[in-house]
Amino acid sequence: MIEIKNIEKSFGGVKILKGVSCVFEAGKTNLIIGQSGSGKTVLLKSLLGIHTPEMGTISFDGRIYSDLSADEKREIRTEIGMLFQGSALFDSMTVSENVGFPLRMFTNDSSAKIQKRVDFVLERVNLVGAHKKLPSEISGGMQKRVAIARAIVNNPKYLFCDEPNSGLDPNTAILIDNLIREITEEYNITTVVNTHDMNSVMEIGDHILFLKNGLKAWEGTKEEIFLTENEAIVEFVYSSELFKKVREAYLKG
Amino acid sequence: MKGLIYKEVDDLIIDSLGIVAFISFFVGGVVSMQTALNLTNSFIPKYLIGYATRQSVILEFAPTFMSIIMAGKMGSFITSSIGSMRVTEQIDALEVMGVNSLNYLVFPKIIALLLYPFLVGIGMFLGITGGYIATVYGGFGNSIDFIDGLQRDFIPFHVVYAFTKTFIFGMLLATIPSFHGFYMKGGALEVGKASTVSFVWTSVTIILLNYIITQLLLTK
Ligand SMILES: Nc1ncnc2c1ncn2[C@@H]1O[C@H](COP(=O)(O)OP(=O)(O)OP(=O)(O)O)[C@@H](O)[C@H]1O
Ligand SMILES: [Mg+2]
Repeated sequence: MIEIKNIEKSFGGVKILKGVSCVFEAGKTNLIIGQSGSGKTVLLKSLLGIHTPEMGTISFDGRIYSDLSADEKREIRTEIGMLFQGSALFDSMTVSENVGFPLRMFTNDSSAKIQKRVDFVLERVNLVGAHKKLPSEISGGMQKRVAIARAIVNNPKYLFCDEPNSGLDPNTAILIDNLIREITEEYNITTVVNTHDMNSVMEIGDHILFLKNGLKAWEGTKEEIFLTENEAIVEFVYSSELFKKVREAYLKG
Repeated sequence: MKGLIYKEVDDLIIDSLGIVAFISFFVGGVVSMQTALNLTNSFIPKYLIGYATRQSVILEFAPTFMSIIMAGKMGSFITSSIGSMRVTEQIDALEVMGVNSLNYLVFPKIIALLLYPFLVGIGMFLGITGGYIATVYGGFGNSIDFIDGLQRDFIPFHVVYAFTKTFIFGMLLATIPSFHGFYMKGGALEVGKASTVSFVWTSVTIILLNYIITQLLLTK
């Protein structure tokens, strides 16, 4: 479980996050949604420790990040898996080397043991037979899957995904979303996903945090999002005709 | 770490052998040819060709001008490879995993460039060889005069001076381009700009330090 309280973050005097609080529970896919520029990535990078908020606390299962020593912070980072927006695979390494990288850096496991784990997670993300390929030699959807495999190879307690399905076709996007949710439930991970894709919201939105102008404008589940009268939500979600119709159908039952 | 260092040695040193050999050989040849062509007065001894080739190749051409060329070759390679890791969030990925990314990326390059004097040594050897071949086979002088010139008034400290500055330039080649890549912001276009800026700064620094080192080591 991750708990954030009153997070504030500015860049060059402009406040991007103006005091956001939320609880992200384990075993659930927690979504952060909001318009482009609303601060989703800034919030996620604050959770990751890449940005340091000026105000507020972030606690990982009771451990308040800003109070920890450098070693303890490093320790927490080894418990985090991150899926970056552009996959961020190391382009000089093969698929297999990419996935095994965190293990080679942080464990003393034998290469046979590492290889076994790598094979296991690659199979888990339904990617077999690409071990020896370079990231540039596989498709975007496959790259995402490799990145997920790399993010979970360490058995992370926390998994963060920045727009996991941007740039993917609808089918592949749903596959990736479902993969993230299955893994979250299977290993009881605290997962936080940034997205502005309403399909993801419908598919995997166990808990949704809606950001607007640096503040939490709404919070709830994917079922509740159809029922709420919250103006900001209605405006954001139903800017698309398709979802307007979905909502009407949903309200009719 | 070992693997990373081998990879950098391969990318930076081994990969540069060809261009260093090629340029040194032909520039050495031209230096001796130019010297020979300017020795029109028959009172000037012929050994001067070998002497001038040795001095210019060892003192300036191989250490300094080869480093400027390497600032273009190795430097832009380093800046663009680290810069593209920055823009594609690979550096963030390293940080998130708890890896000290600056160390991870730059340290192996510094170690690899400890071998840079070896590269410059090859440049010196081939530069002089090129001079010898151009002189002897081009009909500008004979082998005995050239070798006499190579050995005449040899000051061992000049070699120390040349390799001292080579070592320093090697460290500049590893660090300046790395920092330009590491701290860049933006996208693919900015990677290209960062490589250009890093080349300019690396060469300006090399030229200025060359002046200062020469002043410190060779003047009394
Ligand atoms: N490192 C930074 N320095 C300065 N300003 C920044 C930085 N990172 C983000 N910002 C600013 O913070 C605001 C929010 O950016 P952020 O990337 O979090 O948006 P987002 O919600 O993730 O949008 P998108 O959906 O387009 O990814 C933007 O106005 C951006 O310009
Ligand atoms: Mg974003």
